[in-house]
Amino acid sequence: MFKKVYISDTNCITPLGFDVASNIANIEKGNTGIQKHENTNLMPIPFYGAVINNTDLEAAFSKITTDGNFTKLEKMMILALYPMVDSSKISKKTAFILSTTKGNITALEKQNGKSIDKAQLSDLAKTVADFFGFQTEPIIISNACVSGVLAIAIAKRMIQAEVYENAFVVAGDLVSEFVLSGFNSFQAMSDAPCKPYSANRTGVSLGEAAAAILVTTDATNAKVEVVGDGAINDANHISGPSRTGEGLYRSIQSAFLESAISADQIDYISAHGTATPFNDEMEAIAFNRLGLEGVPVNSLKGYYGHTLGASGLLETVIGIESVAQNRLFQSFGFDEMGVSQSINVIQENETKKCDYFLKTASGFGGCNTAVVFKKVS
Amino acid sequence: MENKTYIQSFCSIQNNSIRLNGEAVFSTEDSDFSDFSKKAYQHFEIGYPKFFKMDNLSKLAFLGSELLLKKVVESDKENDIALLFANKSSSLDTDLKYQNSISDSENYFPSPAVFVYTLPNICLGEIAIKNQLKSENSFFIFDAFNPEFLLQYANVLLNTKKAAKVLCGWVEYFNEEYKAFLYLVADEGTIEHDKNNIEIAFNK
Amino acid sequence: MEALKQELKGKIIEVLNLEDISVADINDNDPLFGEGLGLDSIDALELIVLLDKDYGIKLTDPKEGKNIFQSIDTMAAFIEANRTK
Repeated sequence: MFKKVYISDTNCITPLGFDVASNIANIEKGNTGIQKHENTNLMPIPFYGAVINNTDLEAAFSKITTDGNFTKLEKMMILALYPMVDSSKISKKTAFILSTTKGNITALEKQNGKSIDKAQLSDLAKTVADFFGFQTEPIIISNACVSGVLAIAIAKRMIQAEVYENAFVVAGDLVSEFVLSGFNSFQAMSDAPCKPYSANRTGVSLGEAAAAILVTTDATNAKVEVVGDGAINDANHISGPSRTGEGLYRSIQSAFLESAISADQIDYISAHGTATPFNDEMEAIAFNRLGLEGVPVNSLKGYYGHTLGASGLLETVIGIESVAQNRLFQSFGFDEMGVSQSINVIQENETKKCDYFLKTASGFGGCNTAVVFKKVS
Repeated sequence: MENKTYIQSFCSIQNNSIRLNGEAVFSTEDSDFSDFSKKAYQHFEIGYPKFFKMDNLSKLAFLGSELLLKKVVESDKENDIALLFANKSSSLDTDLKYQNSISDSENYFPSPAVFVYTLPNICLGEIAIKNQLKSENSFFIFDAFNPEFLLQYANVLLNTKKAAKVLCGWVEYFNEEYKAFLYLVADEGTIEHDKNNIEIAFNK
Repeated sequence: MEALKQELKGKIIEVLNLEDISVADINDNDPLFGEGLGLDSIDALELIVLLDKDYGIKLTDPKEGKNIFQSIDTMAAFIEANRTK
């Protein structure tokens, strides 16, 4: 029998605040981090996105150190981890897992004058690991937009296999010219703040954030138990999701099987909901196939934008607060149902007793990941 | 009690040559990767035109996987083969190519076909699509080849029955320097699946 | 328009990496998507970039692409009518 694995500490650095409480307070009030930006260094035309204010970030970071020459992403990740790392929790059996899609991609911009090596993800991981004194080889997950949730699954799997006793997991990505132009070339960017699951949705709003958690077998201060997971490929297309939601369906099924639960025990789904026509439709189909159409579901991308490698972890951190407080948050940006099969999109903040929640994500390359969490009372 | 696991087959691709289970099976005269990979594609009669839309990292991963999976994947049934890949440079080779397509504001034509390959896990998608592998898949980045992690994680997938077999791959490509080392792990075979044997095969 | 059609065939083969296909293999009114050349959604997006880069045509609504890219004939006709390069 495997040991139980828990998440005991969480934190996030986002445009809605530099700690979980500030983020929740803003979400409760219906504030979004998505704004209109006019910055020709990032995009030739104005765009909607959720960007962290550099002055605020500098001010917060200077409180923990004035040394070093850290990039924006490194500052975000270090700030995210900072409150939860102490040396008593670090040993040779402590994993350090970092999730990102593009890391310090801005190092490739000629005007930044940085060496290409600075864009290597192992450089990013080493910088963060050295700051905290982690002792094991960093495990970097770069698996498109499922990376943040996948990192939780990997932590749990490796801890249950007794390769590690605990794991610090950090996830982060930036809004950069690189990704803005790329999503734009895919005609996947919305020209208004994104509207997940809505009839008139036209695509994503990008965002940047960092999030961090501590995964452990120590039940002290545990918030949730990680009870099951699955990460299955659609095997359909490298950029469009399976029309039948096959990979997502199987990922959730695998997570349910491992958790020994059924669909009717899930109290809340924090879905991927990027607001592209295809993604949201695929999720609705997969949820219906599993009998999850009645479960309250939201996408948090209306508050944060699509934060890529950070999204799965950030949205899990918020989901953990939801179940801890028995509070479901409206799926911000949603107006009129726009998927062909009915799902129960949360339209107003509400109170509901929650025990089990499901986090899902999907990404380029046909990847999908699902993790089931159980509240620890 | 955990079951013993084995390396069923392995291959490596570097310096214009391909070795399968330690034996040379193909090589070309000194040439660039594009030319080498095209000749390998033709030699092994791969017959999959989408190959030519792939970036170099995906071509490298795909060629290695074809060599090992061709004999193992049965087309009339589901094949529960997980994909567990890693490298050092992620998709940096293609990232640079994409960055160049956006760096001149007078000649600004971001290419979606290039952008899609600026994620290292796309190669897993390509392999999954070709072989219809609706299975566990993940892409990791390490500073150097990390046999210990691959060993541990492959065993986790097999022991928890998240997969019946695992195709492990170290697929590194940057600026015409490349090395692919792939091996198939299962619960039967002749080479025991341990760190030492992985390293021996890596160096063959 | 003949020269434009031949030019288009060559560009499509190059830009979309259609390895085993030659200009002679593409008929003017063959469907480009679905049957025929079997191009997919990423190819459609690349063709939109091609229209802009080589012919100076910016599509305001990408959904127009469906009609424009039906065949070499429809593409050439659209380009003739709208090119700014």
